[in-house]
This record gives sequence, C-alpha cells and structure tokens, in this order.
Amino acid sequence: MSVTSSAVRERSPARPLPVPEPPRRHHIRRQTHPMWFLAPAFAILLVFFFLPTLFNFVYAFTDWSGFKSAINPVGFDNFAQLAADGTLLRAVRITLVYAVLVALFQNLFGFGLAVLLERDTTLNRVARIFFLVPVLMSALAVGYIFQALLKPQGSLNHLLGIDYAWLGDTTWTIVVVAVIHAWKWMGLSMLIYLAGLKTIPEDLMEAARIDGASRMKAFWSIRFPLLAPAVTFNVATALLGSMNGFDIVQATTGGGPARTTEILNIFIYRTFGQGLFAQATAMSLVLFLLVALLAFPVIRTLRRREAVL
Amino acid sequence: MRKVQPFAVIALVLVVIGIPLWLVVVTAGKSQGEALNPDLSLPQHWQLLENLRQVWTEGEVPAAFFGSLLVVVPTVALLLTFGSMAAWVLARRATRLNAVLYALGISGIVLPPAVVTVVLLLRQLGLAGSAIGMIGVYTGIYLSTVIFFVTGFVRTIPPALEEAAQIDGAGPVMVFWRIVLPLLRPVLATATILICLYVWNDVFYAFFVVGGRLDTLPLNLFRVASAGLYLNNWHLIFAYVVLMSLPLVVVLAVAQRKIISGITGGAVK
Repeated sequence: MSVTSSAVRERSPARPLPVPEPPRRHHIRRQTHPMWFLAPAFAILLVFFFLPTLFNFVYAFTDWSGFKSAINPVGFDNFAQLAADGTLLRAVRITLVYAVLVALFQNLFGFGLAVLLERDTTLNRVARIFFLVPVLMSALAVGYIFQALLKPQGSLNHLLGIDYAWLGDTTWTIVVVAVIHAWKWMGLSMLIYLAGLKTIPEDLMEAARIDGASRMKAFWSIRFPLLAPAVTFNVATALLGSMNGFDIVQATTGGGPARTTEILNIFIYRTFGQGLFAQATAMSLVLFLLVALLAFPVIRTLRRREAVL
Repeated sequence: MRKVQPFAVIALVLVVIGIPLWLVVVTAGKSQGEALNPDLSLPQHWQLLENLRQVWTEGEVPAAFFGSLLVVVPTVALLLTFGSMAAWVLARRATRLNAVLYALGISGIVLPPAVVTVVLLLRQLGLAGSAIGMIGVYTGIYLSTVIFFVTGFVRTIPPALEEAAQIDGAGPVMVFWRIVLPLLRPVLATATILICLYVWNDVFYAFFVVGGRLDTLPLNLFRVASAGLYLNNWHLIFAYVVLMSLPLVVVLAVAQRKIISGITGGAVK
C-alpha cells in the first residue's frame, strides 16, 4: 500500500498531500529500480565513447603517426602547424558554411513538401513514400548518383542544354553538394513537418477564417508559429548532422575542387589515411569543440523562440 | 489550387525522385561502353542480370551482406536492452546523481564521436578491425539516442502497473522484463528503425574501425566505386547500388506505415 501511495504522490505534485517521507521513499526506489541497471549502458559509453573523447584531448598534443612507434608530447605544434598553413580556419569555415546551407535547404525543401502533400489523398500518400526513398538509401549511393547526373557531359547539362561543371566550381560546388545532402534528408524533414501540421487543431484555422483572415494570412500567422517544435528539431538535426557529414561529400567531390568542399571529416579521413594520426586527432578535437560550442546555444535559442511563440 | 496540386505532385516526384532513380536503373542495365557516360537513354540491350551477377562476385556481396548483418543485429540488440534498462531507472529514480548521469548519457546525441582515437583504443583492447570492436563503437555512439527516446517515453507511462507487480513480489529484473519492456514496444520500434538506418548505411566509422578487414555493404560499394570510377565502370557501380537498395525498397514497401509513424513518433512530442 505504501508503495502505491508514495508513487502517486510523486506523480501529482499539484494535489495537496501530507508531507512525504523522503528517506523511506528512497529506500523503496533503491529496491525496485536498482542502480546496477545503469551499469552495462554506462560501461559501454565509458569505454567506447567517453574514453576515446578523452584520448582526443591527449593525443592531439602528441606526434602520434603511422611512421614510428614512439608517441611523444609536442604541445600545440599540431594546431600551430594546421593554423599556419590556413588549413584549420578553412576547414572550420567550410564545415560551418556547409552546415548552414544544408540546414537551410533541407528545411525549405522539407517544409515545402509537407505543405504540398499535407492532405491525406492516395496520391499524396504515395508521393510521401517516394520522397522517403532517398532517406533510406545509402548516402554513398546518393553521392554516386549525383556525381553521374552532374558530370559536365551528364544528364542534367544535357536536359538544360548547357555544359556547366557542377562539381568543379571552386565557389559554387559547396552549394551544389549541400543541395544533394538536403535532397537525401528532405523526406525526413517533410515527415516531421507533416506530423507537426497534424498536431494543430482544425478549429483554430476555422476560427481564423470566420474572423475573416485569408488562407495565406491564417497559415503564416497561426499554423506556422505552432510548428516551432518541428522547426527546432529539424534545424538542430540538420545542422549537427551535416557538421558531422562525410559520405555525400566524399562520394561527389572527395573534398575538391581545390579542397573547397573539404569539411572537417573529409580532412580527418584523408590525413588518417596518410598516417598523420596526430593531425587527424587534432582536427577531430576541433570538430568536437566546434559542435560542443555551437550545439548548446543553437538548441537554446531555438527553444526560447518556441517558448515566446 | 486543388486542381493543380495533383499535377504538381506528379511532376515533382517524376523530376526530383524519378530522374535520379531512372538513371540508376538504366545505367545498371547497360554495357560498359554504353555506360561510359551515364545518361537517361534506355540501354540498347538490357544486361541488368549479367551486371548484377558480375558485382555479386566482384563486390563480394554475400560476404558484405553477412558482414553488415553481423554488425547490425548485435548492435541493435545491445542498444535496445542496455539502453532501455538504463532509461527505465533514469526515468523512475529522480535523484541529483541520475540527472547528471542522464545528461552524460544523452550527450552523444550532439557530440561527435572521436573517430581517430577510438582506433587507438581498440588496438590497445585487441579489438581493432574486429566485428566486436565495430559493434562496441556503434553501440557507444547510438546509446545516447536510445536513452533519450526511451527515458522520455517511460516518463509518460504511469508506474501503477509496475507497482502492482512489485506488490505481488516480483523483483526488478522480472518487473523490467515482463512489464516494462512490452510497454516500450512503440518507442523501441522507432529506435530500431533509426539505428538500422544509420548503422546499415554507415561507411565513415567503418572506414576507421574495420576498413579492409571486414566486408560490409557500404564499404564494398566504396571499393567497387573507387575502382570503378578509375575504370569508368558506371554500370557496375549502379548495379551494386540496385542490389544494395533492393532490401530497403522491399522493407519500405511492406512496412511503410510503420516506418512513417516510427520516425515521426519520437520527434514531435
């Protein structure tokens, strides 16, 4: 009996109830929800996630490489070297530009699709499934498809009657690759926006219409703000997902032309392959710090916007 | 507006999804000479089956398929079991320590894994290049996602059922196994779909951990394509893409409703 009542008390704090006995409740919790249930998950996290992350902070400051077996501390040499030849700043800038472009395109495409396919007609249901195909496909495969499609003598130029090197432009190729990334994931954003649109009660729109608001006006001033949670989720996942991106860039440009699409993970992969493990680790640490520094403000800002709306 | 919409939808699907998929299928059916410069024309004579057979042996598809399964199945099993065990206790025991542990547990959703040093660690553990090492790395990366989704879900389940079993004398393992796990089915379905999507298609982490020592479908696609781009074997690259995507297309066709509700279930409240 006491088990039930203490739990009920905990679940509904609004009800005025006699003061609970915390020590006793703790004791019960310890028996019914033992802490050792956490052990396997946290053991795996410790060994395969936290420990390597900790190693990042150690080995980025050594001369670890594939060419010799000894590993010696070298202080900030790796970072100084990466900063001196401009690689560090360029890779960070490219990664950020790429992430912002992907977040922008993926959300524009996903939102557009959600609005277009909102009604539950048979055609719309089928169309939604088609837009999910790229989400399920391997990103590597998506990259190869677009590499073939965007070749200078490829189909897109053929259809448009031009001969533009879509993947060979040092200025605009990063935009093209971001569009490809957004193409792959727009189906996911679409689903989340669709789910968001569904949660908005129909009578809100009806009320607006009775009050004389036009379709457009009702949409932008009532439904759009209520989509804030979906926007938060989509923008955050697109930003973080593309900062940690690799496959699509690797399969379309491999970081080229002239390293203008070399995001951090491409650099890490390339230098690791060359046996320059310490440099790869240093960049991996840069990526870690970049994401850690950006993620929390981004999520907090989006959440605050949600609360205001 | 309502009259134009169906035509807009059809046109959009045909152009945006249809053209890329069409390119894959027709190129996969061409001879090497015809596929030298992949375009949207039909092959003069279809040789899709021959191409599929060729990549089946050259890309070592059976080994790669088995390798992918060998990694994905244990990863999903470990993630679901350990993830929901942890999430259950984290959701039900609201102590200060658990708040800290929860924050640590979900930090991996945001933070990128340390791909380079994990290789060093696996070497020290004697797990470098092994399936076990790969499973451990994937489990470490995606545990955060599982803990996050499941903890949120457990909080919405009233504890009354668990308590009834406890009064009947069931221990925590019994309560978790018999009462809690079955209730978690919807959120575990969502987690399974997401994990499979990530792990089945991953090449980046696989490059570092098992590159060259274990075949998986995406790794072998990369190998076929890297050799293929040099030799201009577009027909083989796309034949491989067809083979690799077929299981997914079948799964999507059969379980699309489940997948759609599964993906969206966790995201928006």
